[in-house]
Amino acid sequence: MQRRILQGFWKLTWLETKIFTREPMGFVGTLLVPLILFIVLGRAFGASRPVATPAVDIPFNPAILAAVLIALSAVQSLVAIISIYREGGILKRLRATPLSPVTIMGAQVVVKLVFTVVSLALVMLAGRRLFPGVMSVNVFSFTAATLLGTFSILSLGFVLASLVPTARFAQPIGAAVLYPMLAVSGLFYPVERLPRALQAVAFLFPTTHAVSLLQGVWNGSGWSAHWLDVAALLVLFGAFTALSTRVFRWE
Amino acid sequence: MPPSAWLITFLVLPVITVSNLGKRYGRTVAVDDVSLEVYEGEIFGLIGPNGAGKTTTMECVEGNRVADKGNISVLGLDPQRDANTLRQRIGVQHQEAQLQKRIKVWEAVDLWRSLYPRVVDTDSLLERLGLEAKRNAWFMTLSGGQKQRLFIALALIHEPELVFLDELTTGLDPQARRAIWALVTGIRDRGTTVFLTTHLMEEAERLCDRVAIIEHGRIIELGTPDDLVQKHCPERSVVFTSDDANVAERLQGLGAVERGAANTATYIIRGAGDDFVTDVINVIAREGIRVRGFRTEMPTLEDVFLKLTGHGIRD
Repeated sequence: MQRRILQGFWKLTWLETKIFTREPMGFVGTLLVPLILFIVLGRAFGASRPVATPAVDIPFNPAILAAVLIALSAVQSLVAIISIYREGGILKRLRATPLSPVTIMGAQVVVKLVFTVVSLALVMLAGRRLFPGVMSVNVFSFTAATLLGTFSILSLGFVLASLVPTARFAQPIGAAVLYPMLAVSGLFYPVERLPRALQAVAFLFPTTHAVSLLQGVWNGSGWSAHWLDVAALLVLFGAFTALSTRVFRWE
Repeated sequence: MPPSAWLITFLVLPVITVSNLGKRYGRTVAVDDVSLEVYEGEIFGLIGPNGAGKTTTMECVEGNRVADKGNISVLGLDPQRDANTLRQRIGVQHQEAQLQKRIKVWEAVDLWRSLYPRVVDTDSLLERLGLEAKRNAWFMTLSGGQKQRLFIALALIHEPELVFLDELTTGLDPQARRAIWALVTGIRDRGTTVFLTTHLMEEAERLCDRVAIIEHGRIIELGTPDDLVQKHCPERSVVFTSDDANVAERLQGLGAVERGAANTATYIIRGAGDDFVTDVINVIAREGIRVRGFRTEMPTLEDVFLKLTGHGIRD
């Protein structure tokens, strides 16, 4: 029984991975858009000196932007897939099999995390080649931080997927939540200098903590200095997951 | 009660027992009060117009929807409490539920195979359903009939004792529909009980051993299609063509004889009961009337439905 559940899980994960690569637009959007943005912005803003400016003006860091964009595009894609699957009755059909709800959703999460790693690897490789000497960041640490951030934001994606009425609304509703989240994340403007109310809101968004963690990893201050961000990402993951199990609609 | 009915009552066990099932969505009553039994080895049809409560009833029985009231027993199990055990023993085809657009036929079959402990040989299953040439095709490229056949394959993959088929042929062309009918009869002939819903009376008449007519969430009649027609619409008519003179007068004893369209040589005689057709044949033979064409028109389930509800099924 246990073996069959795992077997079903991997089979579904592998299947969803293959299906995702068959959709040219989603595939290209996930892998290439963050990469191209990274290269263009890296050239324009000078990825060569991302940490050189004093901390007063947060150094705009194209690599972290790319990592966050990768995470957000994973969430967008998750919301779109779930709403399309719900509208087409695919969720209903899978639900009527012995597959458990956790398996069905877990497979989607794993696929998104796999593509997050691939996409991030492309960015890192491009960075090494195009901006030599800059990408001295610990690749594993940076990848782990991106994955943790993505994982946490994906749980918010399940809440969004529950709110989306039809597949047609997946893109606009996703954007309406995710872009403001990005704006106050501290990537473009220090969170501490936002108005108090906005700071409180930013604190509830996983992106904010993901950006902070990524900046820490980039600066070399390490995970221990950012345990609060890690804790916040995990707590938000728990909260959003709990919420989505209550509001999620299968049909 | 005919002997066959006695046999059914005493020898064949019900695989589904539903009593006083009710389900509402907000203030809308989807199922008001439904009680029925489905016996082993039969094709049982729940028939009625869209919105009558067919799908809701079926989904409650499958365990995919929670009923508000009533009792349901499927293969001796409670569909809610024993959901996991039951899923291994039943096959379900949902109405209007699709698959991933770009999943290949063999991939879907392979996934479904991996979920059950005991599965049939898929090559022969795909061949039986006429899908072997489509193994590598994406789901989105299949025709409506091929999609339905794939869904049937997925519902049958673990050799279920009982399959649920919800509006199986809706939207299919007549040829594809006939192919599906043959498949469903085949499922029953292999010993699997079939519970289906349809709003096509012809489909119910061709396929079902017994039908329940549902309207406004209540079962209004239940029985074999033949029995229902006999009970509610005993009238039948004989239509024949003859060039002889005075045909109408010579057949007067049988009842009113109508002249067919545009005063052609066609005559229609209406009557009721099992002996009526024989009576007509005897009189025609005795009178020595030369007949060019002869057919009997029998009422159908559609007529039964019209009589019981006062409206057509598509109204």
